[in-house]
Amino acid sequence: MNKLLKAFTKESAVVPLIAILLGLIVGAIIMLLGGYDPILAYRSLLETVFGNRYDFAETLTAITPILFTGLAVAFAFRTGLFNIGAEGQYIMGMTGATIIGVTVHLPWYLHAPLAILVGAVFGGAWGLIAGYLKAARGVNEVITTIMLNWIALHLANYLVNRFLLEPGKGRSYMVDESASVALVSLSRFMDNARLHWGMFFALLAVVFFYVYLWRTKQGYELRVVGSNPDAAAYAGINVNRGIVKAMFISGALAGLAGVFQVLGVFHTQVISAGHTGHGFDGVAVALLGGNTPIGVLLGAILFGTLSYGAAGMSFGADVPPEIIRIVIGSVIFFVAAPGIIRWFMKLVSAKKRKEEAM
Amino acid sequence: MEQAKTVVEMRNITKRFPGIVANDRVNFTLKKGEIHALLGENGAGKSTLMNILFGLYQPDEGEILVNGQRVDIDGPNKAIKLGIGMVHQHFKLVHPFTVTENIVLGSEPRKWLGLAVDRKLAREKVGKLSQQYGLNVDPNAKIDEISVGMQQRVEILKTLYRGADILIFDEPTAVLTPQEIGELLVIMRNLVSQGKSIILITHKLKEIMAIADRVTIVRRGKVIDSLPVAGTNPNQLAEKMVGREVSLMLDKKDAVPGEPILEVENLFVKGRQGLNALKGTTFSLRRGEILGIAGVEGNGQSELIEALTGLRPVASGSIKVGGSQVAGEKPRVISEAGISLIPEDRHKHGLVLDFPVRENMVLETYYQKPFNKRGFLDYEEIGKHAERLVKDFDVRTPSIQTDARALSGGNQQKAIIAREIDKNPDVLIAAQPTRGLDVGAIEFIHKRLVEQRNMGKAVLLVSYELDEIMQLSDRIAVIYEGRIVGEVRPSETNDQELGLMMTNIAPEQGGADRE
Repeated sequence: MNKLLKAFTKESAVVPLIAILLGLIVGAIIMLLGGYDPILAYRSLLETVFGNRYDFAETLTAITPILFTGLAVAFAFRTGLFNIGAEGQYIMGMTGATIIGVTVHLPWYLHAPLAILVGAVFGGAWGLIAGYLKAARGVNEVITTIMLNWIALHLANYLVNRFLLEPGKGRSYMVDESASVALVSLSRFMDNARLHWGMFFALLAVVFFYVYLWRTKQGYELRVVGSNPDAAAYAGINVNRGIVKAMFISGALAGLAGVFQVLGVFHTQVISAGHTGHGFDGVAVALLGGNTPIGVLLGAILFGTLSYGAAGMSFGADVPPEIIRIVIGSVIFFVAAPGIIRWFMKLVSAKKRKEEAM
Repeated sequence: MEQAKTVVEMRNITKRFPGIVANDRVNFTLKKGEIHALLGENGAGKSTLMNILFGLYQPDEGEILVNGQRVDIDGPNKAIKLGIGMVHQHFKLVHPFTVTENIVLGSEPRKWLGLAVDRKLAREKVGKLSQQYGLNVDPNAKIDEISVGMQQRVEILKTLYRGADILIFDEPTAVLTPQEIGELLVIMRNLVSQGKSIILITHKLKEIMAIADRVTIVRRGKVIDSLPVAGTNPNQLAEKMVGREVSLMLDKKDAVPGEPILEVENLFVKGRQGLNALKGTTFSLRRGEILGIAGVEGNGQSELIEALTGLRPVASGSIKVGGSQVAGEKPRVISEAGISLIPEDRHKHGLVLDFPVRENMVLETYYQKPFNKRGFLDYEEIGKHAERLVKDFDVRTPSIQTDARALSGGNQQKAIIAREIDKNPDVLIAAQPTRGLDVGAIEFIHKRLVEQRNMGKAVLLVSYELDEIMQLSDRIAVIYEGRIVGEVRPSETNDQELGLMMTNIAPEQGGADRE
C-alpha cells in the first residue's frame, strides 16, 4: 500500500496512464451525451489502426512527425526552455528540404542527405533566433517562439510562392526523385502506404536525446542550466551559451519533422493557410511523456494512433472525428493537473485503508 | 500564580506524512504566563506540531484543548479566534505600507458605515498596544524604513492586535543582532508578566537558558522530555536533543598563520539595486587561519562572496590569490586558481536538487579528467569519486543515485563540503556553512573547517551567527555597510562589543573606516 502511494506522489509513469484512462472516459461520456456508442467508437478506432496493412503503415507515418516535435519540445524543456515554436521550426525544416529538393540536382547519396541536413539547420536556426533573443536580451522564449511560428508560416509561403511554385498548382515543384526518402518496396508491400526513412531517424533521435543529455559533457551542462541556472553559473557553466545551443538542437529536431514530411510523404510543399498542428502536438506529447525519451516515444505513438484512428471512428460509429480532440485535450488536462489524479488516488486509498482497519 | 491554569493542551497528537511520522503521540501543555520552549533539531517535528496548533495542518490523531475546551482548529482564522497568534520566522509584511497599516490589514477599524478605514482610531489602538507592552514602535513609520528588529515587533503587534493570548515565536532570534536579541527577551518577559503565554520554537540552547520556564524536547517526532529549565544545563539539553553526547565547545589548537594567500584591496562592487554594496573593502587572509567576517545580514557579505567567486562583476579594486589577480575573472578561472566556495544558499547555488548525488559531486569538475573523456562522461569514474566522498564525509544517502533533494539538510551540506574540500583549494570560503543545521551536523562541519585550517589552508568564514564566528575564527573582521570597520581577536572581545561594532555605534578600531 505504502509503495503504491509512493508511486503516485513521485514522478512516475502511473500519472500519465491514469490520465489517458480518464481522458478516454471523458470522451466516452461526451459520446454518450451525444447519443453515440462509445464502445463501438473505440473499437472502430482500434480496428482502423490495426485492421489492415495500409492503415497500420499510415499510422506509423502519422506518428513520425509528432515524435520529432515531441522530442524537440522535451529537449528544450530539459534545458529549462519552453519551446512553443516547434511548429515554426517544423515549417522552416520543410522549407529547407524543399529548396534543396527542388533547386539542387545531385545523385541520391548526396541529394537526400544534403536536403535532410539543410532542413535540420533551417529548423535549428529558427530555434536559435529565439534562443539568442533570450540569452542576449532576456526576451521570454514563449513569446518569441509563438511569434516566430507565424513569421515562419508566411515566410515559407512567400518563398514557395515566389521561387518554387509549379505554375497553377498552389504548391512547389515536386522534389527530385534523388531527394526522396520514401521506402518504395516496403510501401508497396503495405498497399501503397507512404512509409519512409523518417521513422528510423525518429527512433535514432530518441537514442540521441538520451545519449546526448545523459552521457555527454555538453548534455550535462545543458541539464544543469535547465534544472538550476544559479548552480550552473556557480559551477562556471556559460548559461547563455547553453540556452542558444539548446534552442538550436531543439529547433533542428522539430525541423527534421518537416524535412521528412516533404521528402518522405508529400514530396512537395503546399502554400498553407494555417498551421498543421504537429508542433503543438509536440508540446502535448512532451508533457505526456514527462520529457523523457521513452515517454515521448510512447506519447507520440498514442497521439498518432488516436489522431489517425479518429477517421475510422467516424466511419465505423458515425462519431465526429473531433471527439478524439476532446479525448486528447482531456488527457493533457489530466496530465497537467496531476493533483487531481493524486487526490483521486488518495480518496481511493483512504477508503481502502478504512476498510482494512475495520 | 501558584496554580497556573493550563491554556493549551495537545494530547496524543499524531501526524503522518508519506514515509514519515512527523509527530508520534505528542503531548504538550502550555500554562498561563509561562514561556515554554520547544527544542529540537531540524525535522524533529516541532514546526509540524506548531503548525497543527495554528491550524495549518490537521492532526491524524489526537485532540487539542484550548482553555479547557476541546477545539477543532481547521485553519489560522480559527486559531486567531481562539487567541493564538504566530510570529513567523520570515516576516509577512507589506513593505511600502506603514506600521499601522500592516497591523490592521484585514481587520481594520471602520467608519462611515464601514465604507472607510478609520486611520485615526487604528493609529491610536496600535500606539496604545505598543506602549502597553513596551514595544516602542512608531505607528507611522514605513516598514522599509525600520530595522529588522522593529519589523519583528510589528509582527508581534499584529498578533496582539488580533487579541492573541498565546503567542508562538518561530525561531525569533535567527535574524537579530545581539542587542536586538536582548531587547526581544525583555519584550517577551513583559508579555508574560501581563498574562500572555509564549511558545518559543528554537534550537538555540543559550536562549532557552536565558528566558524559558519550561522546555519540551522533541526528537524524531517524539517528545523526549519536558522539564523545568531551572534544573537543567545546556549539555544535558543538547544530549537529549541529539540523542547522544555532543561537545558544544570546539577543541582547536592555536593557529599557525603562514603567508598571505588572499588579498582583497579597496574592492568596490555594485549590489542588486545598482548601488555600491562594497565600498572599498580591504582585508587579507593567511594560510592556516580562519578569518571570520562578522556583520548584520545585508551589509555586503553576499556581494563580497559573489565578487570573490566571480559571480558578480567587480567595479574596481583588486583580488589576489597567491599573488595573481583574479578580480572580474569568470567563476571557472577563479575556481581553478584555488578558491572554493561553500555557498550561502545550498539549494540555490550549491546543488542541483533534481540530480543524483553522483552528478552533484562533479558539478565543478565534470569537464576535467578523468570524468570527461572526449566529450563523454565516464560514469564509472564519477561513481567511484562520489562513493569515496560519501564515505569520507559520512554523507548519509541511500545511494549515490539518490536525488540530492531527498537528502536531509545536513547531508546536503556535507555533500557540498565534501566536494569543495576535495577540490583541494588554497582558499575555502564558507558562507553560513551551518545555517539551519542540527547540532550534530554543525559539530561535524566545524571540525572539518578547523581541520582544513590545520592543513595550512586559508578559510574565510562568513556568518551571521555570532556564536559561530566567535568559536571558529582566529581573527574577526567586522563588516558594516560594505566596509571592514574593525578587526579583533575572539579571545579579546565579547558579544556586546562585536554587536556594537556590527551596528557601527562605537567603531573601536576604525582604522579601515577612514581610508
